[in-house]
Amino acid sequence: MATLLDVRGLSRHFGAITAVDNVSFAVERGGVLGFLGPNGAGKTTTMRMIAGFLAPSTGTAIVCGADVGTDPVAVKRRLGYLPEGAPLYVDMTPAGFLEFVASIRGLDGPDRRRRLADVVERMHLGDVLHQRIETLSKGYRRRVALAQAILHDPDVLILDEPTDGLDPNQKYEVRELIRTMAPTKAIVISTHILEEVEALCNRAIIIARGRVVADGTPESLRARSDRHNAVTLRLSAGEAQRAMQVLQPLPEVARVDLMAQFDGTVDLLVRPANGRSITAEVGAALRAQEIGVEELSSERGRLDDVFRTITSAP
Amino acid sequence: MRNTLIIAKRELVAYFSSPLAYVFIVIFLALAGALGFYLGAFFERGQADLGSFFLFHPWLFMILVPAIGMRLWAEERRSGTIELLMTLPITPVEAVLGKFLAAWAFTTIALALTFPMWLTVNYLGAPDNGIIVASYIGSWLMAGAFLALSSCLSALTKNQVIAFIVGAAVSFLFLMSGLDLVLDAFRGWAPAYVVDLVASLSFLTHFAAIAKGVISLPTVVFLVSLILLCLFINTQVIELKKAT
Repeated sequence: MATLLDVRGLSRHFGAITAVDNVSFAVERGGVLGFLGPNGAGKTTTMRMIAGFLAPSTGTAIVCGADVGTDPVAVKRRLGYLPEGAPLYVDMTPAGFLEFVASIRGLDGPDRRRRLADVVERMHLGDVLHQRIETLSKGYRRRVALAQAILHDPDVLILDEPTDGLDPNQKYEVRELIRTMAPTKAIVISTHILEEVEALCNRAIIIARGRVVADGTPESLRARSDRHNAVTLRLSAGEAQRAMQVLQPLPEVARVDLMAQFDGTVDLLVRPANGRSITAEVGAALRAQEIGVEELSSERGRLDDVFRTITSAP
Repeated sequence: MRNTLIIAKRELVAYFSSPLAYVFIVIFLALAGALGFYLGAFFERGQADLGSFFLFHPWLFMILVPAIGMRLWAEERRSGTIELLMTLPITPVEAVLGKFLAAWAFTTIALALTFPMWLTVNYLGAPDNGIIVASYIGSWLMAGAFLALSSCLSALTKNQVIAFIVGAAVSFLFLMSGLDLVLDAFRGWAPAYVVDLVASLSFLTHFAAIAKGVISLPTVVFLVSLILLCLFINTQVIELKKAT
């Protein structure tokens, strides 16, 4: 697989503040990288450096073989970039704006018409093409900005919070769009929404205070959660006490917690001792004692737990 | 060069998509006419020339040109569109030049719309049209110099009002630098050649010749190099401050 984006030791200082500290990663064709972190962690600064908007203090980014430090224009030619907040020339119409970007991107002839028609269709901009951008809703504005980023069909896409401020339907559409483009491109998206990472990304990087604090597949990050492979049980209130007594001594079980109580049922969370799946053992132990269970489900772990644990550590 | 023209075209269209363009043109034409006719005593002089009309251009430009230049970069920085613009495959020089040329083209349009003055003076008498053409060229170059100054200052701030006020103040200093008002501030401590240098920066001194129809080489060199210097600084400022 070809590495389309190679970020090498990017750092950026603002005075005494280190906004980004030695961030490195690479994305191959087909890769969708989720860039996670609390506000102010350095996500936007990193993306700005890759896009050639902000000069790195040290390190560089290579986009399709071009070095952003030595040949920024070549990088910008190959890159589609959605800046944070999706700024636009609001006194233009989407049509005028996209024509402007197409000209700058050097698109002409049938190719230009084909690309323009393609993004207008993909982003459903047909109805608003000739309205001033300042009169458009946030959803439409975001789509105009995205259309700008994908107009030249770039190999590498850097999208800074592409679904921020959109309603659930619009979020779904943008995710679908990213999904359809994913196989042929290298994509980096920053987001706060962890479900988005699970839905879209095949890799996630968590950044806090400018540093990469976790890097792996969403699956492997979830495995860090203490709920990973835990078992949730729902049973009648009368059985709960007995179940806890049966499960607690099992060697595979670390802890049994009472999670919730309503209408005569009780939820128990059984955490595994060594992170391995314990569904079979728990099931067997309960059956042996003839304890009836209304519901039994295995947890995959929660990305937001992991996120909180990792990013709030001192 | 291609990119410069694409940016210039977008920018010029943007001027006309807001009321600013029309307000500016109307006020410029009204003031240029009124100052020339009344303060300049166009009729009373009984001479078929446009000297009294051109005489007030430096003062008009001092106020009105920063009003065009103020938005060039301050608005891009405030609205964040500078991030969009500077991540397109263009160089900072192309962006600065494109925006400057659009603003200059706009002032050219405003200046060209004063043609009824020229028609009037030709109807009333037989002026030396060579002098008038030379004065127009000089006035146009001076507008360009004010504009480059304003563009450069506009890159320093996100606030258009600050850009305008500082632009007008710096333009005023350039206008007056040949007069004692400014020169006295230097005479006390600076060597004579510095005082002479400051005096030679005066737009009024240069323009006095232009209004008589004399475009001397030093004046052209002065105005063109001032434009280039300002645009160069403008580019550096954009590189430094675009992301802050």
